[in-house]
Amino acid sequence: MKLTKLLTSAALALGMATGAMADTTKVGFVYVGPVGDGGWTYEHDKGRLAVEAEFGDAVETTYVENVAEGPDAERVMTQMALSGAKLIFTTSFGFMDPTINVAKKFPNVKFEHATGYKTADNVSVYSARFYEGRAIQGTIAGRMTKSNVIGYIGSFPIPEVIRGINSAYIHAKKVNPDVTFKIVWVYTWFDPAKETDAAKALIEQGADVILQHTDSTSVLTAAAEAGNVIGFGQASDMAEYADGPRVSSIIDNWAPYYIERTRAVIDGTWETVNTWDGIGRGMVGIGEITDKVPADVKAEALALKASIASGEYHPFTGPINKQDGSVWLKDGETADDGTLAGMGFYVEGIEGDIPS
Amino acid sequence: MDLTSINPVLLVASLMVAATPILLAAIGELVVEKAGVLNLGVEGMMIIGAVSGFAIAVETGSPLLGFIAAAVGGALLSLLFVFLTQVALANQVASGLALTLFGLGFSALIGQSYVGIRPPATGQLNIPFLSELDVVGPILFSHDLVLYLSIAIVAAVWYMLKFTRAGLILRAVGENHDAAHALGYKVVRIRIMAIMFGGACAGLGGAYISLVRVPQWTEGMTAGIGWIALALVVFASWKPWRVLLGAYLFGGVTVVQLNLQAAGVAIPVEYLAMSPYLITIIVLVILSKDKSSAPASLGRIFHASH
Repeated sequence: MKLTKLLTSAALALGMATGAMADTTKVGFVYVGPVGDGGWTYEHDKGRLAVEAEFGDAVETTYVENVAEGPDAERVMTQMALSGAKLIFTTSFGFMDPTINVAKKFPNVKFEHATGYKTADNVSVYSARFYEGRAIQGTIAGRMTKSNVIGYIGSFPIPEVIRGINSAYIHAKKVNPDVTFKIVWVYTWFDPAKETDAAKALIEQGADVILQHTDSTSVLTAAAEAGNVIGFGQASDMAEYADGPRVSSIIDNWAPYYIERTRAVIDGTWETVNTWDGIGRGMVGIGEITDKVPADVKAEALALKASIASGEYHPFTGPINKQDGSVWLKDGETADDGTLAGMGFYVEGIEGDIPS
Repeated sequence: MDLTSINPVLLVASLMVAATPILLAAIGELVVEKAGVLNLGVEGMMIIGAVSGFAIAVETGSPLLGFIAAAVGGALLSLLFVFLTQVALANQVASGLALTLFGLGFSALIGQSYVGIRPPATGQLNIPFLSELDVVGPILFSHDLVLYLSIAIVAAVWYMLKFTRAGLILRAVGENHDAAHALGYKVVRIRIMAIMFGGACAGLGGAYISLVRVPQWTEGMTAGIGWIALALVVFASWKPWRVLLGAYLFGGVTVVQLNLQAAGVAIPVEYLAMSPYLITIIVLVILSKDKSSAPASLGRIFHASH
């Protein structure tokens, strides 16, 4: 919270005074939400703790949570860099430009920006192929829905979110041609009350499966209240809802990457990279599929997971048309990473426009 | 686009739920500001109310006790503000901001062991016959008691301010504390009571989020509602019924726009997303063209020596 922010700044200031001589590598983390969100930020913090566990006294980590996407992010990053951080992870799409700006001022500090696409000599980007997990979610959703209406709560209309919608839709449609998607944009990553309102609106309009691309667990709470509605853990397992609405989840596993990159800084081998790993390399995990899902659907989902993990199947494999009916991928063609990274269109069949 | 998929009855019922936290916080702050005190700590008191209400409801299994604890928690936190501004005579803006920061941090600390727990369900009104009515039933007669309480508080505040001697004294303190003091009214004592009332209301509003609207505890879950309540008091020109109107408009348009999005209405989403703020401000600004102004002593520090 804000208080922790103050305390962290104080700790940073202290660190500046004492840390200069010590032989520890300082690693900073900038979070968009609270560590206790149970979702996105929670998983990044698990990655941070894994770094601490791996290197012990050789590293010192600091974090600031609830950093607003915008000018305040630059202030936080600058403060981290000034207080001696050698490596800074900025963990939200909206931190992209602030990261680039601050990185220019501190050429000796390495920056790692999650889910963005702008790199520099000292800025790497990393993300996970969440759309692989969305393919599995879409399959389960398409099989499980009885009303054939699937609700999707989007945060911001950025490529990462649009990719997820497209991937889920393609795979739901594949197993259930009657399926329709209702998409609601809430323009926030974290606002439990608003996420709940959105989930309620979708449920009242007939959705019985809710997919979310926001960070809190409140959507699952709304699904639990409603009764016959299922949902998925987002970014984190959200296993506490497993005996309720949660039937599976997409789990972000940042720990191996964070450890690898921290080691690179310690060894002096850090280079700018553009990492985009998926299920195959373990950056995206699929949470346990509960018994609510019939065995054959579960087997189908797991088979899909296996074929994606082995690289045998790409979730965006043609023939796929864009929303306007023009051909995007020909039969058997798979999407290239460039198009996926900048994806700004819906595939054919999804109704509505993407907000600009 | 399929407007028939929106059920207007469910819509009205859920917009009332969405508006109640803002309404509770705003009506409390209205009384505080009418007494001439600007407390920017609404967000902090709300989140403390949210966590203390949640914790007590979970521990005792009684949502009622939870709501009481939330009101007490909010009022207790406001005592910190009382100490800073009424005893130590510190700047009210800075003290209020500090209260918000403290509330957010402290609630995260005490809430740590409550993440992922479901609170006991808050009972809803169920009057035989009335609650079963077709349209009126779900809208008017099947909410939880706190929602009715929030409307009752608005009515009580309106009556108190307009028709009672206590209300007159409160307003006198807010308009000109020196004159009120000269007349022998206990300015500081009256303000302390107003601030604590505001804290209790904000606490209730916070608990309404964590026990009814979202039913869960998550750090920072008020997510700025306290600030909206603060702005609402100003745009409502410090008038209780306008606060109610503003809160219902804001909550209403928020819920309506999400429903319109889900129904696939062909209005660009970015306009829908900004509509709650825009519509609420426009309506209240038009209403307030009668130039009703802020309490004259709002935010000024009172010391009996002046």
